[in-house]
Amino acid sequence: MEFSEILNVYLLPTAIIVAQIFAIIVPLLIAVAYLTYFERKVIASIQLRKGPNVVGPFGLFQPLADGAKLFIKETILPAGANKILFAMAPMLTFILSLIAWAVIPFDVGMVLSDINVGILYLFAISSLGVYGVIMAGWASNSKYAFLGALRSAAQMVSYEVSIGFVIITVLLCVGSLNLSAIVEAQKTIWFAIPLLPMFVIFFVSALAETNRAPFDLPEGESELVAGYFVEYSSMTFALFFLGEYANMILMSGMTAVLFLGGWLPPIDIAPFNWIPGPIWFFLKISLILFCFLWVRATFPRYRYDQLMRLGWKVFLPFSLAWVVITAGVLVAFDIVPTPLSG
Amino acid sequence: MNILQNSTKALLLSELIGGMYLTLKYFFKPKVTINYPYEKGPLSPRFRGEHALRRYPNGEERCIACKLCEAICPAQAITIEAEPRSDGSRRTTRYDIDMTKCIYCGFCQEACPVDAIVEGPNYEFAAETREELFYNKEKLLANGDRWETEIANNLSIDAPYR
Repeated sequence: MEFSEILNVYLLPTAIIVAQIFAIIVPLLIAVAYLTYFERKVIASIQLRKGPNVVGPFGLFQPLADGAKLFIKETILPAGANKILFAMAPMLTFILSLIAWAVIPFDVGMVLSDINVGILYLFAISSLGVYGVIMAGWASNSKYAFLGALRSAAQMVSYEVSIGFVIITVLLCVGSLNLSAIVEAQKTIWFAIPLLPMFVIFFVSALAETNRAPFDLPEGESELVAGYFVEYSSMTFALFFLGEYANMILMSGMTAVLFLGGWLPPIDIAPFNWIPGPIWFFLKISLILFCFLWVRATFPRYRYDQLMRLGWKVFLPFSLAWVVITAGVLVAFDIVPTPLSG
Repeated sequence: MNILQNSTKALLLSELIGGMYLTLKYFFKPKVTINYPYEKGPLSPRFRGEHALRRYPNGEERCIACKLCEAICPAQAITIEAEPRSDGSRRTTRYDIDMTKCIYCGFCQEACPVDAIVEGPNYEFAAETREELFYNKEKLLANGDRWETEIANNLSIDAPYR
């Protein structure tokens, strides 16, 4: 085999893919760092405070300082912990929160891997996230961590069911599992408008899925110290933290793709469609993330039985009924979408 | 009717949206944070901070060692020893306040018949060791000299209400 052949067939495509991966992951990690800053600023503002404003201009270097602090701290391995699982859990959480971005479309054709089962892949990855939590809780060999992990597992499983039904409703309206096709299907109208109840259910389930307030029982400070990651310190803790915030961004991205028309401008006329798609996508994600933080600053934490009641007795039947209604409407008015591909 | 009303309210999330609207209003309100070490909040003239022993304008210390402050101190933070001075006036030889015991109730200040022991406006006297917080007479008199202007001003503002 000639060297040029190796270069063209193997090395060059690999290099391009690696470059693409970095082009997604580096901005994502910066976004995660600044999401923590954004969160502190937004919540401070709602509580009439200023938030971090000492480190750098407007406190902009605060995430870097926090990161440096976590990095130089000691990693503690509890004596009774299962060392291998204990070390694997944060990595798993972090990796799972990153690999989901492989299928998120940033613009027409701007996607790492344009697979036809994109939404299923996303759903599967976000469901796997619970394993990191369970492993952390189990391996820590601590009652608080274990209780937090159990709560988290039960919660994530419950809300995944309604998320599944919401996704099915969207799929019925699109006729494809491909994320780019889902976005393209919203050219005329964003699904947030005709499927408004589903949009609300998806947003609330996304809060529960990412263990955000008011569903942050797994890490309920007042009763469980910090939940499943009590025993973690230093970079292992930082990985959980990054994973949690990356998951928030991911769920916001999913909301944007499924309901807010991904990279599409709100109206397809002159001043709006000059702005490139990735910027629209970024703006939509930011808006949803702002809602995440806004909700956190507004509502008190749910009681555990209320959380389960909401998941199983309200969201599940409601979303199931809406799937049936949507399907019925599509058939009755003969507007069943033809599959765009495959 | 009531059930219908309540379920409509619940389905339209009116109360959740009301709450979100309230917090959004607060988001845009001016912030109350002050830039502490450079900016400080207002203090009442009655503020009870670090203790000080005052002097008369001629430099004579006010304290007459009546020990009322020692007697009233609920935390028993004050220790006084006294004997007549060479000119025959009764003065303290020792006046200690254990600032780690003190609860800043201000009773010593109220008990004092000559306004000698007062709690001044200073609250920034954190120290690195416990020993630095066991104040003796010299330290308290030094505080009095340092804060006399503020203390006298505060006492005169508050005098009508005492």
